[in-house]
Amino acid sequence: MATVSTNEMKAGTKLLIDGDPYSVIDNEYRKPGKGQATNTLKIRNLKTGRVLERTLKSGDTLEVADVEDKDMQYLYSDGEFWTFMDPKTYEQVQAGKEAMAEAAQWLKGEETVRITFWNEVPLVVYAPNTVELTIVETDPGVKGDTATGGAKPAKLETGAVVRVPLFIQQGERIKVDTRTGEYLARAGK
Amino acid sequence: MRREAPDWRPSAPLDVLKARAELYGSVRSFFAARGVLEVETPILSQYATVDRHIDSFAVSTPHTSHLTPHGFLHTSPEFAMKRLLAAGSGPIWQIARVFRAGEQGRYHNPEFSLLEWYRPGFDHHALMDEVAALLAACGIAGRCVRLSYREAFVLHAGFDPLALDAADLRERLRALGVAEPQGLTAQEIGDADFWLDLCMSMVVGPRLGVEAPEFVYDFPASQAALARVRPGDPPLAERFELFWQGAELANGFHELTDADEQERRFQADQTWRAARGRAVPPYDCHLLDALQAGMPACAGVAVGLDRLLMLKLGLASVAETLAFAADRA
Repeated sequence: MATVSTNEMKAGTKLLIDGDPYSVIDNEYRKPGKGQATNTLKIRNLKTGRVLERTLKSGDTLEVADVEDKDMQYLYSDGEFWTFMDPKTYEQVQAGKEAMAEAAQWLKGEETVRITFWNEVPLVVYAPNTVELTIVETDPGVKGDTATGGAKPAKLETGAVVRVPLFIQQGERIKVDTRTGEYLARAGK
Repeated sequence: MRREAPDWRPSAPLDVLKARAELYGSVRSFFAARGVLEVETPILSQYATVDRHIDSFAVSTPHTSHLTPHGFLHTSPEFAMKRLLAAGSGPIWQIARVFRAGEQGRYHNPEFSLLEWYRPGFDHHALMDEVAALLAACGIAGRCVRLSYREAFVLHAGFDPLALDAADLRERLRALGVAEPQGLTAQEIGDADFWLDLCMSMVVGPRLGVEAPEFVYDFPASQAALARVRPGDPPLAERFELFWQGAELANGFHELTDADEQERRFQADQTWRAARGRAVPPYDCHLLDALQAGMPACAGVAVGLDRLLMLKLGLASVAETLAFAADRA
């Protein structure tokens, strides 16, 4: 069982607390002049995404979570499982709905995604920060209206719905930021 | 051998390094004008602090082993400077690089610069006046508020820290919404100073010195460290700390001069450390001999210059004041 001391915990350190994997966001060391020092950790539960704080006495240790990030290629989905391949070893893994959470709506195939593994099982799949997708359904916009700030919903080929400017037409490819779900630009052909 | 390279460049921008040089210039002029002698003392000593909450770096060489270290890096120049005082030096000051194992954070770097000085004939209030004058000379507002440890707790935590036992203090902190550290031992839970420290670092300290630097003085006798304790009900340690923008900048004492009392405190700290499985370094026998020979009544203070610079320049961390912080050292 590997452990890590409060002094060694940095943003990104993975911890196992009460059976769940956490990632350290921030580690605040506090010490009164000649008194007991403490570390207040801000940590994110990698299963639920919830952020919470824990205070420890400085020098105390916690167990390290066996968590690893890997870049993998998305192959296909049967609706229940999403299959990915390690481009180096050609090894395939399957992620369930929970791990896909936000990512599923942005993937159509062959993208390279980052997957966080916990005990060698996919825990979270992250879509690429930006994706280029084709609009399969949107109301006809106002021709020539490129200046005003109006927006309308548009359904993409993966099923995701984003707000796009009025001048964007059905059948166009657009670039979207998957972290915010926002339209960025028209994509090149 | 080259590894994945941490950044080779300085942690601090060059204009901050210039500001540090200017600050040191102001300090040097301040003491020169007041006739205080600049001194240098050893960084490496065969003895170490036994302070309950300060850990020294033990130094090994090819001639020694981990079990019998050659010595310790000092955590403050206090003991050596007191020996100079006992030898008749008169008022003295220095800027010393000091080392404290495990202290790392926004306000901490394991290696940092302490400005430390001693004033024969001063008590802690006279020395607070001089600290305020030094701040003014360094371009930081000279008017500092002063309140007692008790007043600070009453004002910012809503209770009298000297009137409550450990169980009551714990209850007060809970009511204030302070998260308890995980995995407390029975010793810690029953230790009033543990809860007072927690309250100081989570509740009271962050609210001190918001407008201007603020002194807190007259600490509980149990937190006297190397300060003399004034008899009374309750007895109080003639110790002070300076806070600015919620951070502690300085710690000063009306110094303990009694060799026997000093040795009892060293031994009590060693016992405390041993009971908790902490390292128990040898305490400084030279200091005890010097006190036995006679150290003049005096007050002394240590100011963290990196933090002072950080706050003066409005920086986010002490790392930004250091040419190379610990992660690049």
